[in-house]
This record gives sequence, structure tokens and C-alpha cells, in this order.
Amino acid sequence: MTRRILSRLANPQLLALVGVLLINWLLFPNFFRITWQDGRLFGSLIDVLNRGAPVAILAIGMVGVIATKGVDLSVGAVMAMAGAVAATLVVAGYPAPVAVAAALAVGLACGLWNGFLVAVLDIQPIVATLVLMVAGRGIAQLITEGFIVTFTDPVLIFIGTGSFLGFPMAAVIALALLVLVTLLVRKTALGLFIEAVGVNRAAASLAGIRSRMLLLYVYGLSGVCAAIAGIIVAGDIRGADANNAGLWLELDAILAVVIGGTSLLGGRFSVPLAVLGALIIQAMNTGILVSGFPPEFNLIVKAALIFLVLIIQSPLASRIMPTRMPVRETSK
Amino acid sequence: MPDEQYALEARGIVKIFGNHVALDAVDFGLRAGEVHALLGENGAGKSTLIKILTGAYQPDGGQVLADGAPIHLDNPQQAQTHGIGTVYQEVNLLPNRSVAENLFLGHQPTRFGLVDRRKMERESRGILRRYGLEIDPSSELGAYSVAVQQIVAIARAVELSGKVLILDEPTASLDRNEVERLFEIIRDLKARGLAVVFITHFLDQVFAVADRVTILRNGKLIETRALDAMSRTDVVRLMLGKDVAFSGATGVEDARPMGDVLLDYSQYGRKRSVHPFNLTIHKGEVIGVAGLLGSGRTEMARIMFGADAADEGEVSIAGTRTTIARPTDAIRHGFGFCPEDRKAEGIFGDLSVRENIIIALQGKLGWFSALNRDEQMEIAGRFGESMDIRAASLDMPIKLLSGGNQQKVILSRWLATDPAFLILDEPTRGIDVGAHAEIVRTINRLRDEGLALVVISSELDEVVAYSTRIVVMRDREMVAELNGENINPGVIVQAIANHRDEELA
Repeated sequence: MTRRILSRLANPQLLALVGVLLINWLLFPNFFRITWQDGRLFGSLIDVLNRGAPVAILAIGMVGVIATKGVDLSVGAVMAMAGAVAATLVVAGYPAPVAVAAALAVGLACGLWNGFLVAVLDIQPIVATLVLMVAGRGIAQLITEGFIVTFTDPVLIFIGTGSFLGFPMAAVIALALLVLVTLLVRKTALGLFIEAVGVNRAAASLAGIRSRMLLLYVYGLSGVCAAIAGIIVAGDIRGADANNAGLWLELDAILAVVIGGTSLLGGRFSVPLAVLGALIIQAMNTGILVSGFPPEFNLIVKAALIFLVLIIQSPLASRIMPTRMPVRETSK
Repeated sequence: MPDEQYALEARGIVKIFGNHVALDAVDFGLRAGEVHALLGENGAGKSTLIKILTGAYQPDGGQVLADGAPIHLDNPQQAQTHGIGTVYQEVNLLPNRSVAENLFLGHQPTRFGLVDRRKMERESRGILRRYGLEIDPSSELGAYSVAVQQIVAIARAVELSGKVLILDEPTASLDRNEVERLFEIIRDLKARGLAVVFITHFLDQVFAVADRVTILRNGKLIETRALDAMSRTDVVRLMLGKDVAFSGATGVEDARPMGDVLLDYSQYGRKRSVHPFNLTIHKGEVIGVAGLLGSGRTEMARIMFGADAADEGEVSIAGTRTTIARPTDAIRHGFGFCPEDRKAEGIFGDLSVRENIIIALQGKLGWFSALNRDEQMEIAGRFGESMDIRAASLDMPIKLLSGGNQQKVILSRWLATDPAFLILDEPTRGIDVGAHAEIVRTINRLRDEGLALVVISSELDEVVAYSTRIVVMRDREMVAELNGENINPGVIVQAIANHRDEELA
């Protein structure tokens, strides 16, 4: 049993995260220092958790979509829309729970729309979600009327910047979602069905899996996750910025999922590993920031990482190293 | 005579994958002007040998000789320059390019550095005529049937190589007439002095076209012999390494009492797919469906299962009218369906054997009541044993299994749902003799246990052996229902062919 847990911990993603953190520590010796102040934890590691939370939450939604051989390009725009809706409503005097519920509902509706285009109209996911990626940001700008809508609502600000048991609220929400979604897909048969549809949709239909409903679910979940990330980002800056909120984050989320070992061709997926992927990306970002390199390096390092991941997943590499990335060990 | 000069020869070929010996000192000699069948169960080493002869693999021992001189093949292109061409079961051409482009791809005639399209099409026409094809070389290849594409692939291989032609299961997706046409071409090539290697699972075809046969088993050479000195049973015995009784083609005895009516399809049909048909199915009977490819057999199976929705007629189950508009409706009523195209519609390649077995049962239970790992292992293990599924582990991806074992997994998938009615579309196509026997045995067992089955198959001997009734499809229409002593291959062939004779008359 312990051997199984150990072998599970020794996966490439965790090793990569440890590697990045160690490099950060070499560049910036105080990287691992954590202090307690005003009832919450501070430090670079905590920063990684806090800043990485939005992409981690997007990745939790994205991984299911990618496992069905799809992709959701609209999540960045949905973040902007959700933030705009929440901010506009609290500014208009509605209580925060109403604003949050409305933002989540907008996210769900966007996800179901994507799911409808993919599952019912059979449009290729990359094109189907591109529609909302372009239109969504426009809608967000219409909602905010082109301004950055700032607010002072304490509940929204708490969601973005508060803390729980010393940990940043964003990270706590991400962790809760991770646990919830992992249980949802692994304790029920949803995970198996998602993988089956991703591997062979025709065979899944003949085996009695309602693949249309399933696609609606996964795109819907991705929309809700994007809305949650959007609310967090808006709460963090105390305002909704329709132009920049969530900009390009869909690409980070896809990268996180791919680093997590899920193939863009669908099939085997892992929610925790996708979250780990998001943390690896954020650890690099934070590392570059704290070690004093200009932030422009960020993009180059990220590109190098994508390149590395692509090489590891390439057919050539799998011929050289017979072990594949998605881990599903049999314990015997 | 050991010093006979072969057009292509393999001497003492050894190929090792990891710690598995795929080929163990195999000799293979191919004479010019002969058709040489290469036989063996799946996993016997046929494809490995072919891949070595075409340069796709490098042997770990032994050598390949052409006209008595050792040659070294690093890749399939080199094999081509030595005159060795290959045609695979799945046509390896570009369906969205013209026939002429496919024939000349990579060595197009040029004029002033540009492709000379006129010359290319003129030459194509000449080549195609030699193969009995009167088709327009400038039209898209994908517009033609698999059989035509297959012939174009052969023409390309012969024109490019011209000495040795390797045909790897070329007939797997062809109907009877198309196979006959292919054989004429093979005989013609033989007369032109080509050496032809022919790989197939159909013994009839081996005897129809081949001169000599080489049989492999578990990576070892068992026998190379002239076919006129062998009987069908000899060949099967050498392939399996044991005696198998091939039951004669007699129908199931009539005396058995028929069960209650399970299903009744009445004027059931779908526009532009299957003409309305009537079919009553009883418990404990196997209805064989005969007909050529494209006769509407598969389409009928699909609307019976709800994979395509019927747009006319009605269906009742045990006397109660119902609708079957999608597979989930059918599965709820205890149906199961093994599709014809195993790879595209049957297996989940990347998922484990275990998951492939339990998925339909899980689909029936719904997403919320998940089978846990132990339950899955128990179910998969039970069927793995009773169906004799040969897999190193139930957790290995199903795509690594042989075709026959994959088919057993899909059959197990439905048996796990405790079905009342199974539709099997070509359950024995392209699988090895051992798995073939296992599946036929299972069909018989299920019938005796009281299940109702509809089995579509092109192998008439086989359909005749297990069916209690046979329906014949032709031009998307059910044209005959055969009972009792009419269940024999002769009558079926007549029923299938009838229409054509009328037209000719």
C-alpha cells in the first residue's frame, strides 16, 4: 500500500515541480521562507499557490474537455464576462451572493452553449469555442460599458484576497474544487465515460453511453470553473477589467493540462496532475519574478517548457522511453 | 534442391522483440511465377516476416537474398528498388487525389520540370486497362469502391517494383465478385512471371489461387509445400498444431422446440438505408443474415439496435410495442451489438481490457452507481477465463491484443450485461482460426441457453452451421427467409444471386 502511494508520488509532474522550486531556491535563497503575519501566511511558496489558483481552476474544468478530445478556448473570455457580471451587479446594489450566483450562471450558460455547438451541432471544438472566445470579451466590454468597474463589496474582495486558516482564499477554493471534481469523476463512472468518449465516440455511443449529455456536462463544468476563476480575479483587483481579465489564460490552462499528461487527442486524464501542471507554470512565473529577471523572460521560459513537454510526449520519445506519462499503475 | 534460385529468399531469419522471439530461424523461398500463400494464426510471425522482406524491420539474424544475391534492406523504398512491392489490407493511398496521381505519386512524368499531367493520365489509362479497370484516371480515387482502390494499389506496386508483389490480407473487405476479380488479376500477374505472396485468413481463397503454402506457428517455420498435395484439414492442422474437427455444413436440427416470440419487427425500415422488413425473432434461435457487402445487412443491424433510427414500421418486445430510437433504448431492453468495424466502432483502444469489458454494463447502470475496481476485476476476470481471452494482464490497453481477442472482449462486454438478444455483425472477420472456433462455440452455447441472436456473416459454411433460420439481403431489401433443409450454402448463393440472373435474362 505504501509502495503504491510512493510510486504514485514519483511521477514526472511532481519531480518537475520540485525541480522548478529548487531552481527558484538557488536563484533566490529566501524562496522557501514562510512567515505568519496578520493571521495569514506569507512567502513565495504561498504566492505560487495564490497566483496559480485561477489557472489551476481553469485546468480543473479544461482537463475533462480535453479528455473528450475537445478544447475550450473560451475560458479566458468567460472569466472576463463573469467578473463583469459580478462587479456590475454589486455596484448596482445587489447583494454579493446574488452577484456571485449570477456570474456562475453566466459561466454555466456559456459552457452549455459550447457543449451544444460541439455535442449537438457537431462543430469542431476548437472552432466552436473560438466563437465565444471572441464574442465573450466583447460581451464583457458591453456589460462594463468599456470601463473598469471597481467595487468595494467586502464579500467579493474576500473571495479574491481573503484567507482561510492562513491560506489564501483563492488557493482554498481551488483545492476544494480539485477534491470535489476528482471525487465526482473517480468515485462515479463519469471519468470512465469521459475517457471512453474521448478515445472512441462512435464506440461509446454503441456501448450505451450518452455522449451528448456527457459533452454538455464537461463543457458546462469548464464554464463554471472559468466563472469561479473570473470572480477570484475580479475580487483580487477589486474591479472588473473586461479587456485584460483572463487574457490568454486559456492557453495556460491548456498547457497545464498537457503538462499533466493528458493528451490533446483525448483519453486518459488526471485532474490532480493538471492542477500540478498549473502550479509548475506558476512556480516558474513567480521564480522569474522574485529572482529579479525581467518578466519578459517569462514567455521564453514558458515556450521552452512547452517545447520540452511536446518532446516528452512525442512518438519518438515514447519509443526511446517505453513508459508513458499518464499514470495508472496496477498494484501487483 | 537446396541451391534453387529464388526471386526472393529469406534464410534463417531471426527477429527478437524484447525477450520475445518473433521469428526463430525462418526460411522462406519465393519462386518467380508462383502465388505463395503465407499462413499462420495471429501472432505466428507472418507480419514480422513481411516487414523484414520489405525493409520495415531489420532482422536480428539470417539474411535476405534476391535472385541468389544477398541484399540489405534499410527501408521500404530500398525494397522497391529491388523489385519488391506491397499492398496492405487498408489501402495505403491518397483518397482525395486522382487515380493517376496515386499511380504515379513520387515518380510523376515531368516536362520542363513540371508534372506532365496529360502524359500521366494517358499512361494511367493504359495501366488501368491492363488490370481491367475502365475508369477515368483524372477522377478522385476516394470516389471508387475499396475493391477498385485495392486494384489501383496493386497496379501501383507492380508498376513500381515489378518482380515481387506482397498482398497482406487484400480480400478482407471485398465481396465475392470482387475477390474473384482480384484473383484474375493475380493469375495474370503470375503468368507475367511475378512472384506473389498472398496472406489471408480465408482457406478457400488459398486453395483457389495459391500454388504453394508456407505455414508459420509461434515464430517457427512449420512447413512449405505445394498445395495440390494438401487438403484443407492438413493446412488447418499444421496451423493450429492439433486436430480440429471441422463440422460439416449441416443446419441445426429442426427437432428443437422454438422458444417464445421475443421480438417482432414489422415493416421496419429507414429511408435510403433499408427497405421495410418483417422479422420475428424467438428465444433460443440464431438468425443468420447472408448477403453481399453493401446489401443492407449492416444497415439492418444498425436500425434493429437503434444506432440509426428507423423512420417507418414498428417493433414490439414480448408483445409490447416500444420504440428503439437510440442504442440506450435497445440496451435497456437487453440488446447487445458487436459492430462490423471492430477498430472504429467496437474497441476503446487506449482503455484497458477490463474497462472495455465492463463499459456497457456500467453504461446500463448509469454514471452514478460505479462499479469499483474489485467488481470490475471480478467481472473482467470471469469473462477473460470463460471466453479464453489471451491478454498478459486485464489492465493492458486492448489495442495491444490480437483481433480475435479484441472480438472476444467485445462479445464479453455484452455478455456482462446479461443480454436477451445479441446482434453480431461479422463476428469472425479477420480473426485467427482459434478465436474463430471460440466465437462459433459461444454462439452455439448462447443459443442453447435461450438467447436470441442475429448473426451477419459472409462465410456461408459458418452461417449454415449455427443458424436456425437464414434471411437473405440484397440491394437493401430482405429477399428471402430460409428454413429447414433450405439452410445450405447452395440455396443461399442462389437467393443472393437470383436478382442478377433475372436481369441478365
